[in-house]
Amino acid sequence: MSVLIVGASVAGMRTIQALRARGFEGEITALGEESHVPYDKPPLSKEMLAATTSGETVPLMTSEALATLDVDLRLGVRAASLDAARKTVVSDVGEEYRYGRALVIATGATPRELPGTDALENVYTVRTADDVARLRRELVAGRKAVVIGAGFIGAEFAAAATAHGVEVTMVEAQQSPLALQLGADVGNALAGLHTNAGVVVLTGVSVDKLVGTGRASAVRLADGREIPADFVVVGIGARPATDWLASSGLPIADGINCDESLRVIGTSDVYAAGDVARWRHPLYPEPVRIEHWTNANEHADAVAAAIMGEPAPRVSLPYVWSDQYGKRIQIIGRPASGSLAMLRGEAHTGDLVACYTDRDGALVGALVVDNPRLLMQFRKAVIAGEQYEHFERRVFAADPAQT
Amino acid sequence: MAERQKMMSTETKSRRFACVVDDLAKGESMTIPGDIAIALYRNDAGDFYATADICTHEDWSLGNDSDLEGNEVTCPLHMARFDITSGKALCFPATIALETFGVEIEDDKVYILT
Repeated sequence: MSVLIVGASVAGMRTIQALRARGFEGEITALGEESHVPYDKPPLSKEMLAATTSGETVPLMTSEALATLDVDLRLGVRAASLDAARKTVVSDVGEEYRYGRALVIATGATPRELPGTDALENVYTVRTADDVARLRRELVAGRKAVVIGAGFIGAEFAAAATAHGVEVTMVEAQQSPLALQLGADVGNALAGLHTNAGVVVLTGVSVDKLVGTGRASAVRLADGREIPADFVVVGIGARPATDWLASSGLPIADGINCDESLRVIGTSDVYAAGDVARWRHPLYPEPVRIEHWTNANEHADAVAAAIMGEPAPRVSLPYVWSDQYGKRIQIIGRPASGSLAMLRGEAHTGDLVACYTDRDGALVGALVVDNPRLLMQFRKAVIAGEQYEHFERRVFAADPAQT
Repeated sequence: MAERQKMMSTETKSRRFACVVDDLAKGESMTIPGDIAIALYRNDAGDFYATADICTHEDWSLGNDSDLEGNEVTCPLHMARFDITSGKALCFPATIALETFGVEIEDDKVYILT
């Protein structure tokens, strides 16, 4: 009995690898909206924007590895609806794809755009290889970029653009970058990475509109200031790509709602994986939807295990990393689920460390810059629910060099 | 006394001196330099294992900077996990196994067979 996978990016393709690794021998068909050979995502805002590369995509696997997966990979096919009763996905040109054993939905997320900017050709989101191919051409020394949103996409773009000699202004509506996710203090510390590199960071101000016809020539802020721009990059988050499922009857609320095994609630043979899935994460009391790359990788194996009727693989803590200005920021756990317990060092000197605890003082998350060893210690501590005070005595007091 | 923990094949292999047993604490790892850099691990039970040093997913030294829990090593870059006894990749993003090497202990000296 066949498995149909809708979405041929990280979660979708890794699910196929996991199914084969777990011995699934049935037919697998995968539908990918984009025409590119499936490629990895982190390089989009890193290597592919670098002056030292040609901007080519990084394939998710070698062509040999892809061939051995024995998957019927249909690229350039966009799913438009799902008829779960007939176990059929219909594409936007009316082609029908049936599944027998299982359907895996891995359609990811779509970047939020600024309203009214469709017609402006120099306004970019950074989600696909096509986005980046066009954006690369703008990266010429001396040109001015305005980046809207200081999350990781905006931040990584700013770092890459600065390396090209582009003058960058970042505009962030929150009082500090990533304030909601990491708290204002850590957000400000991370902003230091940008200001240290010559990026102008404007916080606590939102965008009123983009000025210009055909091409944006400036960004007008809510306070009336106009920032001149040769091009604009918008990094204001993404929405799960579930519009195509509007008539499907699947439970959808900020992602497709799944149980602990990533099976869509109310179904027996439909699963979701990656950015699109909101699921009952075994480590957390409330369902979560995580947009990290590691989450897509983990879901892939978890879905494959569920389809094969095998025990779920070991669950992991949420983890994300970001490479900016040659520094590696790493975040483990869920800082937003706690409050800041400790902050020391600076981002641009590469010794920033922050950690977060719940109301009982147990570690729930941590952030480090250029300190993978310490990150792994935090990781163990968060898994164990260790009290921060205990961790501090054990790790920092015992070896002050750790700080 | 020679303790052969693992013989990978019947070929004559060269022995590379790695360290003295007490140089590596239980639960720790280290990189042994050479034409192939090797990661030497000592698990909580005190047993030694050796794999290629560089993570098969991305360029990172597992001997220098990794997390060892039981017989599993986790690469801190992207949390890829490997079994140090077999080299097997246990989770994405790793899909390729680490090469493994035999380890011999003689007179409290640890040797790697390459």
